[in-house]
This record gives sequence, C-alpha cells and structure tokens, in this order.
Amino acid sequence: MKLKLLSLSVSLLTILSLSSAVYAADSSPVNTGDTSFMFVSTILVFLMTPGLALFYGGMVRKKNVLGTMLHSFTIMGLISIQWILIGYTIAFGPDAFGGLLGNFSFAGFAGVGVDPSSYAGTIPHELFAMYQMMFAIITPALITGAFAERIKFPVFLIFTLAWSTLVYDPLAHWVWGSGGWLSKLGALDFAGGTVVHISSGISGLVACIMIGKRKGHGKVPMAPHNIPFVLIGAALLWFGWFGFNGGSALAMNGLAISAFVTTNTAAAAALLSWVIIEWMQHGKPTLLGAATGAVVGLVAITPAAGFVGIVPAIIIGLAVSPICYFAISVIKSKFGYDDALDAFGCHGIGGIWGAIATGLFADRSINSYARYNGLFVGGGFTQLGIQIFTVIVTIVFAAGMSFLILKAISLFTSLRVTEKEEEDGLDISQHGEDAYPQFSVQETFNII
Amino acid sequence: MKKIEAVIRPAKLEEVKEALNKFNINGITVSQVMGCGLQKGRKEYIRGVEVTMNLLPKIKIEIVTDERRLNDVLNIITEVSRTGEVGDGKIFVHDIEEAIRIRTGERGESAL
Repeated sequence: MKLKLLSLSVSLLTILSLSSAVYAADSSPVNTGDTSFMFVSTILVFLMTPGLALFYGGMVRKKNVLGTMLHSFTIMGLISIQWILIGYTIAFGPDAFGGLLGNFSFAGFAGVGVDPSSYAGTIPHELFAMYQMMFAIITPALITGAFAERIKFPVFLIFTLAWSTLVYDPLAHWVWGSGGWLSKLGALDFAGGTVVHISSGISGLVACIMIGKRKGHGKVPMAPHNIPFVLIGAALLWFGWFGFNGGSALAMNGLAISAFVTTNTAAAAALLSWVIIEWMQHGKPTLLGAATGAVVGLVAITPAAGFVGIVPAIIIGLAVSPICYFAISVIKSKFGYDDALDAFGCHGIGGIWGAIATGLFADRSINSYARYNGLFVGGGFTQLGIQIFTVIVTIVFAAGMSFLILKAISLFTSLRVTEKEEEDGLDISQHGEDAYPQFSVQETFNII
Repeated sequence: MKKIEAVIRPAKLEEVKEALNKFNINGITVSQVMGCGLQKGRKEYIRGVEVTMNLLPKIKIEIVTDERRLNDVLNIITEVSRTGEVGDGKIFVHDIEEAIRIRTGERGESAL
C-alpha cells in the first residue's frame, strides 16, 4: 500500500515537474505569484455568496429560511453557466457597439484560454474570467434580500437570468470592459460600487415595490429568526471581501495590499459607528447592528478601495452607517416600501455614498489609473462630477431595466406567491422542505 | 380535587419546582406557552425600526391537588414567583371531577 502511494506520488511529481518544464519553455508572461493570488481571491469571492445565504437566511422568519438561502445558492448554478455562455463576452468581450456591449467572440469562453489577456497581463485569461464570474454571481444574489419571503420561485429564476444578461453584463462592460463608455469617461469603480452595489440595490428597490409588501408588513412582527446565522454570514462576507477588493488590483502588488488595508479599515469604522448610533438612539447595541455596520462599511469602500488612503477609508466607513441607518429607519418607514432585508438600504445607499466618496478622496499618488484627484485631495470637482454622473446613469439604467423585466414577466404570471402560500412560508409552499421540523407547535408562536 | 394552572416567568420555574417538591407535591405538568397580560410585550429595534413583540414566552404549570392542600400550594407558587414587576403571571383554579392512575386503575385522590 505504502509502496503504491509512493509510486503514485512519484509519478504525480514527474507529471508536475514535466508540466512546469513545458511551462518554463514557452515565454508566457504568466506570473505565478499573481496567479496564485488571483486564484485565492477568486475562491474568496466565491465564498461570499454562501455567506450571503447565511446573512439573509438568518434575517428572515423561520418559515422562509430555506427559500431565502436557495435564492443565493441557485444563482451560483445559474450564473456560473450564464457567464460562460454569454455573460462574460457581453461584459468583457471586445467592444462592439461604441462602448455599450462586448461582441460575442468570447461566447462559451471561446478563445479565452490560459494565456494572459489585456485585462490582466500576468494571469491566465480564464482566471480573470472566473474571478469576474464570482462578481456576476453575488450581484443578483444581493437583490434577493429586497423581495425575500414572497416572490414566486420561477419568477425569481427568470428575473435573475434576464437581469444578469440585460443589466449586470452591459453595466460591467460600461465600467470595466475594454472600450466601455463610462470607463472612457473616467468613471472610477475599483471593485464594484456602481456595477455591483448600486445596480443591485436600486433593482431591489424597484422589485420590492413592484412585487408588493409582505402580508402583514408593519402589523405583525417580522424579526430575524437566527441572528447567529447573520453574524456567520457577515463574517464570511468580510473575509471574502478581501478577495473582492484586494483581488481587484488583478495582481499581487502594493495596490492590492493598499486595497486590503482600506477595506478592513472602513469595515471596522462602520461597524463601530453603527453600534454607536444604535446605542445612542435606543440604549442598546445589537449584534444585528454590528453585522450590518460591517457590511455597509465594506459596501462603501468597494468603489474606493484602490483609490483612497487610510484616513479617507476611516471617514468613508464612519459616515456610511449613519447614512444607511437613516435610510432604513426613517426613509423606508416614511415611504412604506417593504425592502425586506434592506438590499437597497445597505447596498444601494451604501454604494451611492461609496461612489461619491471616491470622487471626494481619490488620490493619484495611490493609483494613477485615476485621471484626477478627488475634491478633498485638491483635484477640484471633475472626478466628483464624473462619479455623480455615473451614479445617476447606473440608477436610471438599473431601475428602468428592472422595471421592464418585471413588467414583462408580470404579463405572463403573478410575481408573488398566493396569500395561503405566503402564510405557510416559502419553504413548505415553494420547496416542500422544512428547516426545523423537530420544533414543536408551541415554538412556532415565537416568530409568527 | 382542584387543578391549579399557574402561568409564570420562565426564570421562576426551577424555584417553584423546588418549593413544591419540599411540600411533597410530586406531580406537575409544565409547558412552554406564549402570552400577554398587563406587560404588553416588549420592543425591539431591528436596524433602527421598532418592532413590538406582543407575546412573551411564559411557563405554564398544572398541578392537581386535594382541597386540603390547595391554599398552601397557591401561597407557595405566589410567593416564589413574585418579583413585584408586571409580567409575574397569573394563577387559575379549576374543579376536577375525576382522576385515574393509568397504571393501577386507582381513582380519585389516591390517584394523585
């Protein structure tokens, strides 16, 4: 047995050394350090979506936990395939329509291959495409927080597929794709403040308004059923975000580390400021608040991570929590829309603040990709203006397209489950599964 | 025979059980219930949004006893469960027609 194992490992080693010999022989510019780093960043971002499933799953009532988690998890299947077939080429294919879309030459990952691309000169093109896939997966998953606890599952599937193809992929092309019109304009979005957070947050707002409030919203208590889940989810998101923002440098270099530092700093500052506001307002700091604060801090620093210094990162983090807190506790209540898990309140609002803050604090000495310094770095209003314009474009495009997609679906079927199905919970009515079957009847009174 | 139905604070269960045990009351039935009275639930803040929990968890104890000991049992439960704050709970007393020990078929007070 031992001998067998030994010979197996020897032959494996031989294969490995042979392949590295082949590797060394061609003069590929692939850098192993960068490639290792980007591989790790990719799997870090991958982990954020199951993290989001926990984050959202803990926040819903216990009768909807499986349905809510399944939203995020299903997207991992759906968008992995969509991205390979058409998503990647729409977003990152060579520009075809004057900065609007990529052409279809990368459909099915055709010609993507293991040689580096113009996007990242030291890592295999396929790795860049996989890294971007993880962003394409988590973005529609963020939206699911807005319409949680009442959407019909097939409607969710069609909406997600259509939204990714018609909103995310074009938007990613505009901001990140070669020849994208917003990137040519000088828009700065390091890791997805506009493409990921504003687009998903605004679309969530539109979706939750069109789908309507949950039955009993504002009358029966809809408290989170498992806040420990929320904490595990938030921790996984924070952990994965190091790959999300750090990896957006696309190489293991000073910029990646700079983004890593600003990311952690902003999350920490926002966690503290959220807890402090809560404490001041209602006399008690909460775990849900701490977890929410950390996440909105990460949202806000996302577009700025590779463009700003450490002090601005603290300011961005400290400021985002009061802004989001106000949006959720005052604006949401005033207008009465039922953004169930605050996809808009956290990602939409936090993303808008982050994108604008990038225009305030962008620093060319940190990243010379920026054409102008931010307002507070002596660069005047130019970058701020570009950022605000980009925010408005993103809001109008994402909101308009989401409206059209849902309107189109609603011509064929109702968007939400029936009243009875909603009362029974999505777990039983949509999936025939019960997360906590051992719990007694009495305990169901705990969370109605 | 009388049945005592006491709805008390969950935190008081152990003390009540111990006091009744000392008084040689051995048979009790306990269930977890939700309820509200003067206490009117409690407020929580979820991301700054106020949520009122109308029903709070309580413990319901059921004891069937002979009438001679009724008052003593009621006093024990009242004394031990009292904190003086709203939410201490309530006690109800019912008449019981019959009791049967399933194992032996004994009836009436000897079945208790």
